[in-house]
Amino acid sequence: MTQPNRVQDAGRINRSRPLTFTFNGRTFQGYEGDTVASALLANGIDIVGRSFKYARPRGIVAAGAEEPNAVLQLGASEAAQIPNVRATQQELYNGLECASTNGWPTVEFDVMAYLGKIGGGMMPPGFYNKTFMSPQSLWPTYEKYIRKAAGLGRASKQKDPDTYDHLNQHCDVLVVGGGAAGLAAALAAGEAGARVILADEQAEFGGALLHSNDWINEKPASNWVAETVARLRTMDNVQLLPYSTVNGYHDHNFLTIHQRQTDHLGETAPQGLTRQRLHRVRAGWVVLATGAHERPLVYANNDVPGCMIASAVSTYIRRYGVVPGNRLVVATTNDYAYQTAIDWANTGRQVVAVVDSRPDPDGELVAAAEKAGIRVIKGSVVYDVQGSKRVKSVSVARLSTTELSLAGSETTLDCDTVATSGGWSPVVHLSCHTGSRPVWDDDVIGFVPGPANQKQLLAGGIQGHYSIAECLAEGFSAGAQAATNAGFDKPTDLTVPKVHEPSVGKAMPLFYVPHKQPMTRAPKQFVDYQNDVTAASIDVATREGFEAIEHVKRYTALGFGTDQGKLGNINGMAITAQAVNKTIPETGTTVFRPNYTPVTFGAIAGRNARELFVPERYTAMHQWHVDNGAKFEDVGEWKRPWYYPKAGESMQDSLNREVLAVRNGVGMLDASTLGKIDIQGKDAREFLGRIYTNAWAKLAVGKCRYGLMCGEDGMVFDDGVTSCLGENHFLMTTTTGGAAHVLEWLELYHQTEWPELEVFFTSVTDHWATMTIGGPDSRKLLAELCDDIDLDKDAFKFMDWRQGTVAGVPARVFRISFTGELSYEINVQANFGMHVWKKLMEHGAKYGITPYGTETMHILRAEKGFIIVGQDTDSTLHPYDLGMGWAVAQQKPFSFVGKRGMSREDPTKANRKQLVGLLTKDPQKVLPEGAQAVADPKQAIPMTMLGHVTSSYYSATLGRSIAMGTIRGGLDRMGETVYYPMLDGSVVEAEICSPVFYDPKGDRQNV
Amino acid sequence: MQKYSAFELFKNSVSHHENWPRMWENPVPKKKYDIIIIGGGGHGLATAYYLAKEHGITNIAVLEKGHLGSGNICRNTTIVRSNYLWDESAHLYEHAMKLWEGLSQDLNYNVMFSQRGVYHLCHTLQDIRDNERLTYANRLNGVDNEMVDAEQLQREIPLLDCSDKTRFPILGASVQRRAGNARHDAVAWGYARGAAMRGVDLIQNCEVTDMVIENNTIVGVKTKQHGVIKADRVGCVTAGHSGVMAKMAGFELPVESHPLQALVSEPIKPVLDTVVMSNHVHGYMSQSNKGDLVIGAGIDSYLGYGQRGSYSIIEHTVQAIVEMFPEVSRVRMNRQWGGIVDTTPDACPIISATPVKGLFFNCGWGTGGFKATPGSGHVFAATLAQGKAHELAEPFSIERFHNGALIDEHGAAAVAH
Amino acid sequence: MLCIFCPHCGEYREEEEFSARGQAHIKRPEDPEACSDEEWGNYMFFRKNPKGLHHELWVHSAGCGKFFNMTRDTVSYEIKETYKIGEQPSVVAAEK
Repeated sequence: MTQPNRVQDAGRINRSRPLTFTFNGRTFQGYEGDTVASALLANGIDIVGRSFKYARPRGIVAAGAEEPNAVLQLGASEAAQIPNVRATQQELYNGLECASTNGWPTVEFDVMAYLGKIGGGMMPPGFYNKTFMSPQSLWPTYEKYIRKAAGLGRASKQKDPDTYDHLNQHCDVLVVGGGAAGLAAALAAGEAGARVILADEQAEFGGALLHSNDWINEKPASNWVAETVARLRTMDNVQLLPYSTVNGYHDHNFLTIHQRQTDHLGETAPQGLTRQRLHRVRAGWVVLATGAHERPLVYANNDVPGCMIASAVSTYIRRYGVVPGNRLVVATTNDYAYQTAIDWANTGRQVVAVVDSRPDPDGELVAAAEKAGIRVIKGSVVYDVQGSKRVKSVSVARLSTTELSLAGSETTLDCDTVATSGGWSPVVHLSCHTGSRPVWDDDVIGFVPGPANQKQLLAGGIQGHYSIAECLAEGFSAGAQAATNAGFDKPTDLTVPKVHEPSVGKAMPLFYVPHKQPMTRAPKQFVDYQNDVTAASIDVATREGFEAIEHVKRYTALGFGTDQGKLGNINGMAITAQAVNKTIPETGTTVFRPNYTPVTFGAIAGRNARELFVPERYTAMHQWHVDNGAKFEDVGEWKRPWYYPKAGESMQDSLNREVLAVRNGVGMLDASTLGKIDIQGKDAREFLGRIYTNAWAKLAVGKCRYGLMCGEDGMVFDDGVTSCLGENHFLMTTTTGGAAHVLEWLELYHQTEWPELEVFFTSVTDHWATMTIGGPDSRKLLAELCDDIDLDKDAFKFMDWRQGTVAGVPARVFRISFTGELSYEINVQANFGMHVWKKLMEHGAKYGITPYGTETMHILRAEKGFIIVGQDTDSTLHPYDLGMGWAVAQQKPFSFVGKRGMSREDPTKANRKQLVGLLTKDPQKVLPEGAQAVADPKQAIPMTMLGHVTSSYYSATLGRSIAMGTIRGGLDRMGETVYYPMLDGSVVEAEICSPVFYDPKGDRQNV
Repeated sequence: MQKYSAFELFKNSVSHHENWPRMWENPVPKKKYDIIIIGGGGHGLATAYYLAKEHGITNIAVLEKGHLGSGNICRNTTIVRSNYLWDESAHLYEHAMKLWEGLSQDLNYNVMFSQRGVYHLCHTLQDIRDNERLTYANRLNGVDNEMVDAEQLQREIPLLDCSDKTRFPILGASVQRRAGNARHDAVAWGYARGAAMRGVDLIQNCEVTDMVIENNTIVGVKTKQHGVIKADRVGCVTAGHSGVMAKMAGFELPVESHPLQALVSEPIKPVLDTVVMSNHVHGYMSQSNKGDLVIGAGIDSYLGYGQRGSYSIIEHTVQAIVEMFPEVSRVRMNRQWGGIVDTTPDACPIISATPVKGLFFNCGWGTGGFKATPGSGHVFAATLAQGKAHELAEPFSIERFHNGALIDEHGAAAVAH
Repeated sequence: MLCIFCPHCGEYREEEEFSARGQAHIKRPEDPEACSDEEWGNYMFFRKNPKGLHHELWVHSAGCGKFFNMTRDTVSYEIKETYKIGEQPSVVAAEK
């Protein structure tokens, strides 16, 4: 296999390691060290994609992160599909498969291009907004076709086989960019003893020095790179991160680094390795040495394949040994692009001419090119390109010295490649992420970072300083400064190396190259390739009133691509400025946001997806529930048994069985998940009185009491039983989901309002395993396993608790009941939980002990009219609304939290929604939870709603349905009928009643 | 003013689009207006538009400190829906929804309102109860909403992982099929053009620095660029900066301004043709007509006017997205950004008179203002025109934070969007 | 991503360990029953919400569990100081 554009003996590729890859189904060969882009160019591939709007053929333009066109679909297997891989940043590996993302039937021949040619004229910016409006009914159809054209690559249809991880790091100095400035900065900071991270997006450190023609310390620049990297590697305090892009710069010097650990090895990570890693770095000081991107010039048909950035052409030649054409025209505004002409000539291929917009260029490189016999056309520009799938020739004319127009002397030059340079744009993105606005620098002809908002220093190209000597000097100085700022002594052993490089003459500010035709009529002059934004579309936008740069960006889509306008933005700003008759600094910039280059969702998520998304919390008896076939319910982070189906049972069958077991024998619930807060201190009792609505002053040791907790607005937000363990010692229980919030609530009031109270709170939820045995046989069962508590009904009463031993284990036993039955809540140290549970099951067998889950618990408590906070309440109901005024002690001396709130105008109004019981007229009909009550089921929509069903079940105990719900003024409307319109149009009738459906006197729990 | 149509596009293509008229001018402000609207965002521009169109009041100015539509209208994730729980908010948002349904034609500007449906996922039994409640309430209020079970959901949204292998398996969802997306910028531009063509002065780069108040009555505003501009009534529609404006007028609001972040992926071929939201795992996603996956992140817990939030919020959101849509793991996040949202204690807006006579505020839309834009503008225009609250705006007065008549929509709005 | 000095722990920790809890120095009225609805509403809901220096309440929720105050710029997000409950800020905004 031949690679027609591969040059003999040049570049840093490893010719002894040929690699095979496929592009659009055709097989090609490249070498180790190639990027996909360099390998495609080596093989003479001109067209890598089709443009988004006009379907124009597009080729590779750049050699790095700024590439807008070569955005490919990567992956051989379905699971490994990666959309939108930038060919210039993807290292080649053997067997790599990639394809263009647009173009039908092929990228070489795309029928849409014809449509683009014809219809393109009707697609000015904002054309979507100007049409497709009538008939209104057709918009979904129009939109279907608009969406068909959407997107570049495609997502995989399978789950990602790879894993990603995160690394949290601290360092004294983070150096971003491993070119001349970055290497020097890392070296200086490292020598000072600072902990340094040096991150660079490429495989090798060195940046442009890797293929520089210049000399450092009398040796090729790449030697200095090798020596410096070797020296850095010996330093324990320096961490080198290749393949690592610093993609976000956040507040307080927090930066994210996206390290592509294995992307260069294959489409899936080798076994045992993560594919990518996201470093989350808190840096003491940051040195930005991010360099600059070369700007292309904006001229007619500047998107024809073969039009490239000059420095990219040089990079391909010198770094990869690839010369991407045969006959070159260079179009430039500055000296740098002359090097490209020289590099090209050195390969033996033809340089047709260098077209320089400056009338009198005088730098050393200009002289060198002329000396090498390269034709230089001065004071002139390339203003148009001929060719469709590859450049055939260019039109050249003189540039007026007084205004932005052509001044005759037109010629046509045959060529197949145009390398342009409009100067350089410092890579200011990261500095902008911090909220710092970049400032225009006339000398640099570009934006440089504005005043730093963070502990940030700059070195090299990001400041518009491009000579190697400056980069090295600034790198050493910034690195040393960063280290001393971070508290280290200045490094001593450093001298800035001597550099041999040509001096550079003054560049000319030129962004848009005028055409013979006015901007709106000239052939397309592309500013943003990926979004097909032309100079004309910017001009049209400003004519329509879009004069702010943000407006232009949004109206034309300038800079919205996956390259985020790295090539096009400055040119777009310049064209906007020209159109609205302002300077570029007056026009300003748009805002760069993270990410600098895109980051996979997988890397951002790291390990915190799938099984580690949110940790699952299990009780001590969890495995028993699993082994016994429980279905689980997610409650907060907990997995709670929902019900325990037996073979052949429907869910309702299981619930009926579990409910009846508790009512007639004994059942057992794992109640460990309820929040438990240990409260101690001499003022604990006073505190409880302030935070709960009811009274706590007289609760004796050994007693338990139910409490309601409200916000300052008087609305209920938690409830639970609190027990007096000692005169100054209480145990509070909370709802399962509310535990953390309640603890913070207690701390908030203690720490900020009543610090004078001596009271301490400790979460003990996980310390205890809690099992509730309930039912007429529960006392007998407990007696079998407990011989040190007097279980006599008068010795151990309802709402008492006792310390004792259960199944040989120290236990706190609470005689409290959420079911209305005789019931004991047994608390043991969590690691004894399983033992005690099993003992209870074993001894309970003779009573038919039945484990029950949350659903049965809900039914049992609803039969008794007990609320579940969060289900029967929302944040709009106060205790009186719930019919729980009995739990509010208005006479307490301290104005407890919630008291003032519930006495405001609205909470004391008549006719509030209040919680009541509901009995359907048809006892077998179970109201759907959430159904809304109305007084008149025939009322037209919108109907007047009275309240909703909060809890609704079939009660096996009562042999009928029961429900609770809110009804306006419901507590005063007992016996009245309300109607529940169903979604299917039917209506369910129900009678308002007390929510206590079973054992209203409470005899059963007191036995 | 020129009407937009396919024919006009063709006609203008012949003249190389050189002759499109301006959508709005840059007028020099007058000394005095009947009504000044502070804030040229979506809600402010819509207010101006309806004042001119519905109330015939055209001697009005919109003062915008930057450029038109540069606030939350250009930073949101473009979701439109009206399935709110309480009657007051359901009526207000449904009012907006009805305006959305004819908005492109009304404005003669295609805002690309697309009724592709919005799903609220249920991961817990309480989620199911809440969404059932929402559905019943919506239906009786004349708002469409329906429940779908996990199986049907999987058929309707293949990309969504509805298996029982996720951390919080999806049990079902409620869906409002009339809900969807619109092109956010176009909404601002369409209202701006509509207002401008009816004679409203849109004054860009005009920052209000103080309120001119005499005898507790507003008489005008002081601006940085144009001095004092007088007005009989002033409507403040400045979203995240409402607190700053209230301070100028000498009072506080029950409003806090927080960063709210969002992010987009690189454009990919269509994989999701609806909007999926999950309160439980805190994330939501849709796909734009360009192919970007548009993802909303949560709200930061601290106050922030920096249009940036904390990375951990982005991270958590992306984790939720990968959990719900595991196939996007290899897709890349292109860009993130932040807005400043004005949140209220009950997650409902304030459309209200203030302690200063003649000064009205429309704020507190929190994380969900975009969807209300037409309705908000419509009722606020009526409020400003009449000098008293529009019927739909009445429940949303500042008073409610004193008398306790809050409209708690935290459940319906739990995911910031 | 803020880096926060916990005045109780005496060291800098990551923001993820903390939670912001709104405006600081809001004292619960001594006698709530003497408050009008308006005063009670102001206490519960109305806030300064400044663009600039803000004294705010934070809690080291995944750390020591202690509340503390912070003076922070709500535009630059720069933290000027953190201080314990009961202490007064040393950095305050100039009243206009």
